Amino acid sequence: MVALRERGARFAPTRVSSLAWRAIALICAATWIMVIDAKHDGSGWLRLGLAHVVAPFHRVVEAPFALHESFSSSLTTRDVLRTEITTLQAQIDRDALQLTRLHALEIENERLQKLLDVTPRDALRTLTARILQVDLDAIRQRVLIDRGSVDGLASAQPVMDVHGVFGQTTRVNDSTTEVILLSDASHAIPVQIERNGLRTIAVGTGNPSQLALPYLPRNTDVQVGDKLVTSGLGGVFPADLPVATITEVRRDPSQPLVQVRAAPGAHLDRDREVMVVWYKSQKPSPTPDAPQHAAKSKSQ
Amino acid sequence: MTREYSTHRLPAYLGALIALLLSAIPLPHALSIWRPDLLLLVLMWFSLMSPRSTGLLYAFFWGLLLDAFSGILLGQHALSFVVVGFLVHHFHLRMRMFPLLHQSLVVLLLLWLYQFLLFWIDGLSGHPSNDWLRLLPGISGALCWPLLSGLFSRFAQNN
Repeated sequence: MVALRERGARFAPTRVSSLAWRAIALICAATWIMVIDAKHDGSGWLRLGLAHVVAPFHRVVEAPFALHESFSSSLTTRDVLRTEITTLQAQIDRDALQLTRLHALEIENERLQKLLDVTPRDALRTLTARILQVDLDAIRQRVLIDRGSVDGLASAQPVMDVHGVFGQTTRVNDSTTEVILLSDASHAIPVQIERNGLRTIAVGTGNPSQLALPYLPRNTDVQVGDKLVTSGLGGVFPADLPVATITEVRRDPSQPLVQVRAAPGAHLDRDREVMVVWYKSQKPSPTPDAPQHAAKSKSQ
Repeated sequence: MTREYSTHRLPAYLGALIALLLSAIPLPHALSIWRPDLLLLVLMWFSLMSPRSTGLLYAFFWGLLLDAFSGILLGQHALSFVVVGFLVHHFHLRMRMFPLLHQSLVVLLLLWLYQFLLFWIDGLSGHPSNDWLRLLPGISGALCWPLLSGLFSRFAQNN
C-alpha cells in the first residue's frame, strides 16, 4: 500500500532498473578514475583540477586556527614577550658559541676529507613550512603543509624538523603539499645504525611514536638506545640525518628475525613547523665506505 | 517519517559541504579514529528522505570531492558512496518505515559496508592496512544517526 501511494509508483519497475543502470555506470566511471589516478600517480589533470577546487576548503578549515594563533600572538602581554626575548637571546648566544666550534670542525673535516680524496658532503638548503591544521585521514599518517610548487617543491623531497627526519613530500599542489610521515604504514626509509654502520630499512607502523625495523636477522648487533641515521641510499634522503632511537629489541628464539622498535626523533604528532630540504645531488652519491661494507658483510 | 521533505537541492548540498569541512577538523588521534563518516551520513539521510533531490550523481560528486579533499586515490569514496547511495535509494521506502533504532542498525551495516569497500580498494591499490580501527567510525556513525536524523528533519520542516 505504501508503494502504491508513492508518487510515480506506476513506473516503479523501470525506475528501479534505471537506478541500477545508473549505479553501474557510475561505479564503472569511478573505477576508471581510480585506474587513471593510480597510473598517473596522483598527477593527472582531474586530480590537479580538483586540487584547485578543494584548496579553498582546506583554508576554510584552517582559518579558525590561524585566527586563534594570530589573536593569541597579538594579545600576549609585554612581560611574556620580554621573558621570551631574554630566553631566546640566551639560546642564540649558546647556539652561536656552539656554531663557532662546529665551523672549526667543519673546516678541519673538509681538509681531512680532501686528504682522503672523499667526495664532499652535500650542502643542505631548507625552506620552513607550516603544517596546516587539517586532518586528512585517521588511518594514514599524512599532513598538509603550506608550501607548494610555487615555492619550488617537488615530490619525494625530504622533510625534517629540528629533531630529525619528519617524512617526505608526495603530492605537490600549487600552494600546498602533502607530506607522508615516517610513521605511515606504507612509508619506509633506508637507515643506518650510527654505532656500527649497519644498514637496514625502517618502516612506519601507523603509530606516530613508533617505527619498526623488520629486516634484521636474530644475531644482529642492535641494542636499545642505538641511534638511527639516514644511510643516503634510495636517493630521497641525504646521508646522516637523525631518524630515530631504538626503544625495544625482542629476540624470539623461534623467529629468524629480531623484532626491533624505534621512536622517531621528530615530533611527528606535535610539530607545527617543518623544513623542506634540498640537497645538491638528489641521486645517491657513491660513498667510499659502501663497497668496503658490502665486502665485509659478504665475508661474514 | 514517511513524508517527503522538500525537493530543493540547496539543503542537500549545504549539508554535504558542512560535513565535508567537519571531516577535516583536526582532532587528537584518540578521538579522530572515532570520527563518524559525516558526509556519508548526510548523503544517506537526503537519499532516504528526499531521494528526488539527490540522485546517485550527487553521491558520486561528493565522493570525488572527498577523495580530492583528503588526498587519497581519486574515485575510491566516489565508488563507495555510489554503492551505499544505490542501496539507500533502492530501499528508501522500506527503510523509512523502520523505527529509529532499527534504522540505526541498518545504517551501521551500510557504514561497515562502506568501510569494507574502502579497505578493499586500499588493498587493491597497494595501501593495505588491516586495522580493526576501521570499524569504529561505523559505530559512532550509527550512534549519531538518530541525532542527525532529528536535527535534519527539524531543519527540513522549518524550510
